[in-house]
Amino acid sequence: MGIEHTFRHKHILGLENLTEDDISLVIQTAESFREISNRSIKKVPTLRGRTVINLFFEPSTRTKLSFEIAAKRLSADTFSISKSTSSATKGETLVDTALNLEAMKPDIIIIRHSSSGAAQLLAKHLDASIINAGDGTHEHPSQGLLDLMTVKEKKGTIAGLTVAIIGDIAHSRVAHSDIIGFTKMGATVRVSGPATMMPRYLEQLGAQVCLSPREAVKGADVIMALRIQQERQLDPLIPSLREYAAFFGITEDILKLAKPDVIIMHPGPINRGVEMDPALADGSHSVILDQVTNGVAVRMALLYLLAGGD
Amino acid sequence: MGILQHDIALAMKPLTILFENAHLIDPRNNREGRFHLLVVDGKVKAVFEPSEALSVPDDCLRLDLKGKWLVPGLIDMHVHLREPGAEYKETIVSGTRAAAAGGFTAVACMPNTQPVNDSRAVTTLINALAKDAGTRVYPVGCISKGAEGKELAEFGEMRQAGVVAVSDDGLPVADSQLFKRALEYAGNYDLLVISHAEEPSLSRGGCMNDGVISTRLGLRGIPAVAESIMVYRDLALAAYTGRPVHIAHVSTSESVELIRRAKAQGWPVTAETAPHYFTLTEDAVGQYNSNAKMNPPLRAEEDRQAIIKGLADGTLDVIATDHAPHSRLEKDREFDLAANGIIGLETSVPLTLSLVREGIIDPSGFVRLMSTNPARILKVPGGGLEPGSPADLTIIDPDVQYVFTAEKILSKSRNSPFIGMEMTGRAMLTMVGGAVTWNCFEGSELPG
Ligand SMILES: [Zn+2]
Repeated sequence: MGIEHTFRHKHILGLENLTEDDISLVIQTAESFREISNRSIKKVPTLRGRTVINLFFEPSTRTKLSFEIAAKRLSADTFSISKSTSSATKGETLVDTALNLEAMKPDIIIIRHSSSGAAQLLAKHLDASIINAGDGTHEHPSQGLLDLMTVKEKKGTIAGLTVAIIGDIAHSRVAHSDIIGFTKMGATVRVSGPATMMPRYLEQLGAQVCLSPREAVKGADVIMALRIQQERQLDPLIPSLREYAAFFGITEDILKLAKPDVIIMHPGPINRGVEMDPALADGSHSVILDQVTNGVAVRMALLYLLAGGD
Repeated sequence: MGILQHDIALAMKPLTILFENAHLIDPRNNREGRFHLLVVDGKVKAVFEPSEALSVPDDCLRLDLKGKWLVPGLIDMHVHLREPGAEYKETIVSGTRAAAAGGFTAVACMPNTQPVNDSRAVTTLINALAKDAGTRVYPVGCISKGAEGKELAEFGEMRQAGVVAVSDDGLPVADSQLFKRALEYAGNYDLLVISHAEEPSLSRGGCMNDGVISTRLGLRGIPAVAESIMVYRDLALAAYTGRPVHIAHVSTSESVELIRRAKAQGWPVTAETAPHYFTLTEDAVGQYNSNAKMNPPLRAEEDRQAIIKGLADGTLDVIATDHAPHSRLEKDREFDLAANGIIGLETSVPLTLSLVREGIIDPSGFVRLMSTNPARILKVPGGGLEPGSPADLTIIDPDVQYVFTAEKILSKSRNSPFIGMEMTGRAMLTMVGGAVTWNCFEGSELPG
């Protein structure tokens, strides 16, 4: 590593707990792991003998697969458990489930859960390292880190950039981690979307709230469109996806307001034609697939930093 | 309709005892200072100055209080005793023993048990179970059948069986017409209507105060306006019907201001808050600490300050604990899924005494908030120590210092955010109808 910094965390619960130096170290570590993914034999023995458990209480293909691939490329033994939150609430509690897993002595437990704070709860009860793979509307740190890594890869730096995040900010743990991560690394973050999807207190967390997406995108280096998750809402916050697409979708027209070399990001999976013009997702500004590739590298870095030390 | 008597046959036998050199605080009888108080046959026999000579019975026990406070028995008008239905969290006996240890001689228990107390049968059961209680127990009945917010419950039947008030506490009465009718119909039976003021469409899914911290933690917020909007509705309906309403667990600055203005206009309203609302803020949630989760939620610092001001100027009449026991099963889990509520009976005295030490209220204010006013509002015995009244009294050492630890909790549940905290002041002895229900005087010959 070309950096004099030791990673002192036992868990990855959120970007809120990481310092600027921690984040730089994760990105640098991930950059070196990205090279492994380009080899023909994509495997190193770094975590041989270590056990990693994926504990997913919410349906997820992409994040779970990304963590599984990351663990396997580091030669860890990995197991995935998917539980539906509804069946889990009927039977044993989350703490019970986790204590049962703990008895099998895993080194790292990766958890996704619909309740904010679920990863903290495990960290409080278990000896294993916990990685938060998304908890409720709180944080999704590995996604935030891969977004930072992707922007750094494309722009060379993060400090001084303007990042516009468009969509359902209130219900997005990705937005939350991105706001924390990008502001921590010196970028300016603007958010926009239907006002019913904006939490009231975002400005105190360091984001500028714009009622008009055009205003948010003006001069931006990065545009991040968030997935509209109708299924996570307790009640509908917008009248229709059609109206959302018409007023908040990213179009060629809006893109003209951003910097000419703006990059377009999306945490996936995209509702095509809702969050952005289909052509833009596949166009030259899009770095959506780089995000996916970097996701594996960032997750390898996190596993390595937590369990590869000794 | 007259006030019903609740002569709980306490297991312990009434004493003949002379409390000497008490610092007696009894605002209803305009007494504050050094007094002796004689208890005979379960009643206050005499209150007199040490200089007065008074013959006392030969078999009389004596306890020199050396200036410790002697006050009318404390009354907690808002507790959840969980029985029937959730006896693993609390029973009427365990909850009232905790109450006695906290200095209380009477509690009013909310009807959100399983089944809910919406009938003569459940009220009668609670009264039967309260035979072995550590305090007098005043059941509160439901406003609506099944607490479903649809039709009025049988106020008359429940009143005959012994309820002193009605409330759907735990839940708001969302339907304004039903709440108006409850105020009207309660008038036939001289019942107090207690409102859990919450606009459910604004609070739905929320699990802590809506603010910077809820945003940071990714927790759905309950905005302050969800309370105040309903407080105003209740006040307006009290004015419209001319029937009194009591607002439970006031937690926001705006609610305090609305109640202040309603009182200035002469509207028939009383209100309570709980020690946690003047002691803690939303900061106590920290990293998802479910022992700081209750409904209404802990609010912002400006709300806490407004509550304190409301207590100081009399806008808020009562301090009640909203004692809400839960086991680890409900609390040691995901924050949004964890149960609302904290226990409070054993911490109310020291937390309220801190207001006295800070000069926000005086000792007689303490007694008004915790005894005299709840007795007046509920129209139950107690609240003063006039000769002839039941010997329900509490002796308090306002200066004793200790750490509040989980092991010392008498409640069956331990869901308190105050565990581990330094406390100053506690009830030393509690007496109900002349019987000692709590005694932590070391070396005294009294039972306890
Ligand atoms: Zn309530």
